[in-house]
Amino acid sequence: MSRGRDLLVSGLVLLAGRRRGLRVRPAEPRILEEPPERNPRAESAAIVCLFLGALCAAAFPVVYFVGAVPAKTQLFGLSLGLALLFVAAALVIVSQTVVPTEESEHDYPPREHVEEQEYVEQLVEESGQGFTRRRLFKLGLVSAGGALGVAALTPAISFGPLRVRDFYGTPWRKGRRLVDENGKPLRAADIEQKTFYTAFPEGADQEEQGSPLVVVRLEPSTLRLPPKLHGYDANGIVAYSKICTHAGCAISLYRVPTFAPTEPRPALVCPCHYSTFDPADGGSVTFGPAGRALPMLPLEIDRDGNLRARGNFDGPVGPSWWGVRERRPSP
Amino acid sequence: MRRLAVLALVLALPGVAAAANGRQVYGRYCAMCHGPNGAGQTDPHALVGGGPGRDQTIEPGLAPSLRNVGALAADFYLRTGYMPLKRTGIQPRRSRLLLSSAQIDALIHYVASLGHGPPVPTVHPERGNLSKGQALFAENCAGCHQIVARGGYVTHAVPPPLGDATATQVAEAVRLGPYVMPRFTAKQISNAQLDSLVRYVLWTHHPDDRGGWSLGRIGPVPEGLVTWFIAAAALLAVCLVIGRRLQS
Repeated sequence: MSRGRDLLVSGLVLLAGRRRGLRVRPAEPRILEEPPERNPRAESAAIVCLFLGALCAAAFPVVYFVGAVPAKTQLFGLSLGLALLFVAAALVIVSQTVVPTEESEHDYPPREHVEEQEYVEQLVEESGQGFTRRRLFKLGLVSAGGALGVAALTPAISFGPLRVRDFYGTPWRKGRRLVDENGKPLRAADIEQKTFYTAFPEGADQEEQGSPLVVVRLEPSTLRLPPKLHGYDANGIVAYSKICTHAGCAISLYRVPTFAPTEPRPALVCPCHYSTFDPADGGSVTFGPAGRALPMLPLEIDRDGNLRARGNFDGPVGPSWWGVRERRPSP
Repeated sequence: MRRLAVLALVLALPGVAAAANGRQVYGRYCAMCHGPNGAGQTDPHALVGGGPGRDQTIEPGLAPSLRNVGALAADFYLRTGYMPLKRTGIQPRRSRLLLSSAQIDALIHYVASLGHGPPVPTVHPERGNLSKGQALFAENCAGCHQIVARGGYVTHAVPPPLGDATATQVAEAVRLGPYVMPRFTAKQISNAQLDSLVRYVLWTHHPDDRGGWSLGRIGPVPEGLVTWFIAAAALLAVCLVIGRRLQS
């Protein structure tokens, strides 16, 4: 406990730059029995560790702003992890070799005991005497702390409204065929009721967030699409983005009644937090934390009986961001 | 010639008798909701109470037609105890069988005779491939039933655990989609794939717990807790090491 406190206090003293120190009261007798042994090598190691930590933390925003990096998530983790590790190493070195410890078992004195306060102050000052390059060490601490702070705040940029243009793009275009995961075109006649299908855009990257669809066939008479989505279905076949608008999980649950009069209505459900969407009503949210309807893809059936997109989604795909409703997906 | 006819009659008789008996059982337990001759009941104004010869503990309600559902559906719903349902509108659950095995046999025979539905499927889990089965289960079933087949939740329904499901019942459920479960046709999951799927579900009844500690097999929460306890001990050890001043 006391060592942690010492560290904290000495760190604060170093940062606050209290220069008066012993120069103000040179005559007072020392509390620590002998001046702490100078250990410049350990101090250098600590300073190097601090700057390495700052460097690693600074890599975080760099990785964030550089466009396509392979294994981006792992690089984020690596930079933050190494930064924290280096800072921790610096602090361990300082506590083990540079700062002496003096255990004080007194309670904190009330304010009026000026002498005792001075005692503690002097103790703290003296414990910081092991540093020979205070300003460099201070600079190291400030840069490591600052870089870590910047790294921690960087992801907030993803909330929008800046740098969100990429989020609007999807591979869907007018006339693009719907294919299954093996690239086989989906035929309208093969889509049956009371089951669900996953579809992708022909010739596009299936891993892209805007790609996967969940396709179901409903009885056309049960469709209640809102006016702006009229004609988005193809004879009762409806297609929605498979990515939940809450946290981006895959919509992998389809609840469909065997006997409609006594059982719950059809619903697309996300397994992560149970956001529930109504496929008959343009993917509107009927339950759960999702804030927007599932984006719907307009469909048509071509002359060969295959399903094709008739345009792009009616809204942005995936989890929301600041200003998500301001634009429609491009083009 | 006459002897042959008698022989044919004798051979055919058990089937006829079973169907007749099934009709009686149907009238007693099922007709109140499913209507006479399995016609179904979708008009809430046409509901009638239980009459003489009917089980008075079952309330009348709306129910689907049983024509063309076949032996597959009847076998599944009756042998799992999903039917008869105490009252309509609730989710059918696996429960104690109300009917005797002979009654169920007769009833399945009767329901199958109501139309041209699929027969009870034959599955061969021993022909299946366990890892392919797991991949299929992860893709199609685990969203609701969890990867360990311990059941889960979906809004307004409870996907059941599959611990008591037999091979045939799993296959039936896949083709049937009972209650609000989607059904999977042979185009989506072929019969060969179904063998693998069933093999995986049967494997989850007695999985080999690598490491020896199953933690209830209910997923990441208990696993995370254990990790935290182990990680917390390790962190504490590190703190102690850091806290001990190097002997100089």
